[in-house]
Amino acid sequence: MTIEARGVVKSFGAFKALDGVDLKVANGELLALLGPSGSGKTTLLRIIAGLEWPDAGEILFDGENALDRGARERHVGFVFQHYALFRHMNVFENVAFGLRVQPRRIRKTEAQIRARVKELLDLVQLDWLADRYPSQLSGGQRQRIALARALAIEPRILLLDEPFGALDAKVRKELRQWLRTLHHSINVTSIFVTHDQEEALEVAHRVVVMDKGRIEQVGSPSDVYDSPATAFVHGFIGESIMLPVEVTGGAVHLNGRPLDIAVEGGAAGASTLFVRRHDMLIGPADSGTLHGAVTHVRSFGPVQRAEIALTEGSTIEIDAPRDRELRIGDRVGLKPRHYRIFAGG
Amino acid sequence: MSIEMTLQRTPDGSARSLAESAARRDPRAEPAIVRVAIITLAIAFLSIFVVLPLVVVFVEAFGRGVVAYLSALADPEAWSAIRLTLGVAAVSVGTNLVFGLAAAWAITKFDFPGKTFLITLIDLPFSVSPVISGLVFVLLFGAQGFLGPWLQDHDLQILFAFPGIALATIFVTFPFVARALIPLMQEQGTQEEEAAISLGASGLQTFFRVTLPNIKWGVLYGVLLCNARAMGEFGAVSVVSGHIRGETNTMPLLVEILYNEYQMVASFAIASLLAMLALITLIAKTILERNIDGDMPHDD
Ligand SMILES: Nc1ncnc2c1ncn2[C@@H]1O[C@H](COP(=O)(O)OP(=O)(O)OP(=O)(O)O)[C@@H](O)[C@H]1O
Ligand SMILES: [Mg+2]
Repeated sequence: MTIEARGVVKSFGAFKALDGVDLKVANGELLALLGPSGSGKTTLLRIIAGLEWPDAGEILFDGENALDRGARERHVGFVFQHYALFRHMNVFENVAFGLRVQPRRIRKTEAQIRARVKELLDLVQLDWLADRYPSQLSGGQRQRIALARALAIEPRILLLDEPFGALDAKVRKELRQWLRTLHHSINVTSIFVTHDQEEALEVAHRVVVMDKGRIEQVGSPSDVYDSPATAFVHGFIGESIMLPVEVTGGAVHLNGRPLDIAVEGGAAGASTLFVRRHDMLIGPADSGTLHGAVTHVRSFGPVQRAEIALTEGSTIEIDAPRDRELRIGDRVGLKPRHYRIFAGG
Repeated sequence: MSIEMTLQRTPDGSARSLAESAARRDPRAEPAIVRVAIITLAIAFLSIFVVLPLVVVFVEAFGRGVVAYLSALADPEAWSAIRLTLGVAAVSVGTNLVFGLAAAWAITKFDFPGKTFLITLIDLPFSVSPVISGLVFVLLFGAQGFLGPWLQDHDLQILFAFPGIALATIFVTFPFVARALIPLMQEQGTQEEEAAISLGASGLQTFFRVTLPNIKWGVLYGVLLCNARAMGEFGAVSVVSGHIRGETNTMPLLVEILYNEYQMVASFAIASLLAMLALITLIAKTILERNIDGDMPHDD
């Protein structure tokens, strides 16, 4: 099933939570919705699920208007940020709920329901928890039960609101891979919300970056990482060095001094230079186009992170290979390998 | 209320004469002497104002022996009062159960204009003297009242009869169920309901399978308090009852009448029934409160 949002607007009082959202999700796609807190991710999911109604715009499922139908008729599986498991039902009954409330003429027999629940619990690898109550489960287990419950109704669309939000880093990693495998096997059109960019880039086919109720960029993980469309996306995805520059007369100036780099992206006037930390090459003091002194060095993983006070005034953090020896006080020259310049300070 | 809480908060190590070791462990603990003084004060207060009157009721009721006690209760007038009280309580609790559920559901699960006003309105009976509540019904249904002539034309008896007593009692007790449910339902939020609906449940299925099981202890709690008040209500009922002997006297009204006639055993025998109701209510309330705690959502 495809999902399409056209010009969706939603206000709460005077506040615009969604400000004209256009989005197309292909059949069977796994899409990540990424953005800072309050950017409208949950609101968009709730509108797609029919738990909230837009003030303007359209939602189409397979080209048909979905706003005609209430949440009940949309067959959307929703996994809530805080699980929302039924606290007075055990795991089995939680998963069986969607099957038990079906209209009598299409309702499965008790034996069929049992078989289906068993199948789903096997799928999420928690069949041994069937008799437990939600309060007796760990966060990761609850999350998977919530997913099994949503899948029970054979949804045409699966929406996951920060499915791993409340879990610790290690469990997140496991579940993330598990979700990708699961999606591969059931292949239902899915949108999942996260504000963990690594999660989005690793799991999703495409990533949607939102800010302040608007979509900033839609693209593959490598698109949004390597070619950010806006300053916001560059700053939000991956770690960036940001320097305030002035573009005049076909040259980039930092604090009045021209830099030896080409103007890029058609910016003019007060702009911002964005460079990924590992794209800032480090060399001897007389090389490069930016100069400064090392003030702090930390080593972890494959890189070392150096804090450098530029002679131009700012302090930046760069990632250098570990075999490049750096000591506090060293004078160095820097040159960006890849960079982007966006208009605006 | 505050006394109850003071007692609950005392460390359970009090058996070991408020061991100083406990005081050292608990940074909030006052010096032992202060705590002993406060606890003694609380117990003395409770004894004089709660325990003593209860004891007196039973002593007076059984003052002439068990036979006198039982025959006082077997008196037709007493029987009539007991039946009337049970009937009125059943009607009021039933009505207020439906009303309270509806009000709490509307207030906690939906946003609508006038919501704050509705909440204020629910509390009205708590802030109005019961006598005034009774008078309102007299003004409405009395012979000189607003609806009086119309009722008389149609031969409908509300005042000085069961309907009037039931109406006054319903009015006085209507906050209990709603008040017990609103905080609980507010705390629980609407997430489970939303999950149920997105799984295909209808409104009724959601209510009976998700909402109601989540609040059942709260409902029982509200019903319990509502019932205790309905059976014990004096002021409002006194105004609308008309005190027709053997017909419109509830138990509290009969206690007063018998007492004024110096029928001590009969009066206290009925009072003892009300006292027992109070004790049972208290015990049930404690049990229910524990269960409601379990229904409150936990942070996780
Ligand atoms: N029912 C509501 N009433 C008023 N404001 C709301 C309501 N729901 C959401 N908002 C506001 O809309 C904005 C977007 O909220 P939303 O929950 O969609 O953000 P989000 O991107 O999911 O954020 P988070 O990552 O923190 O979950 C927020 O500023 C929020 O305060
Ligand atoms: Mg959210």
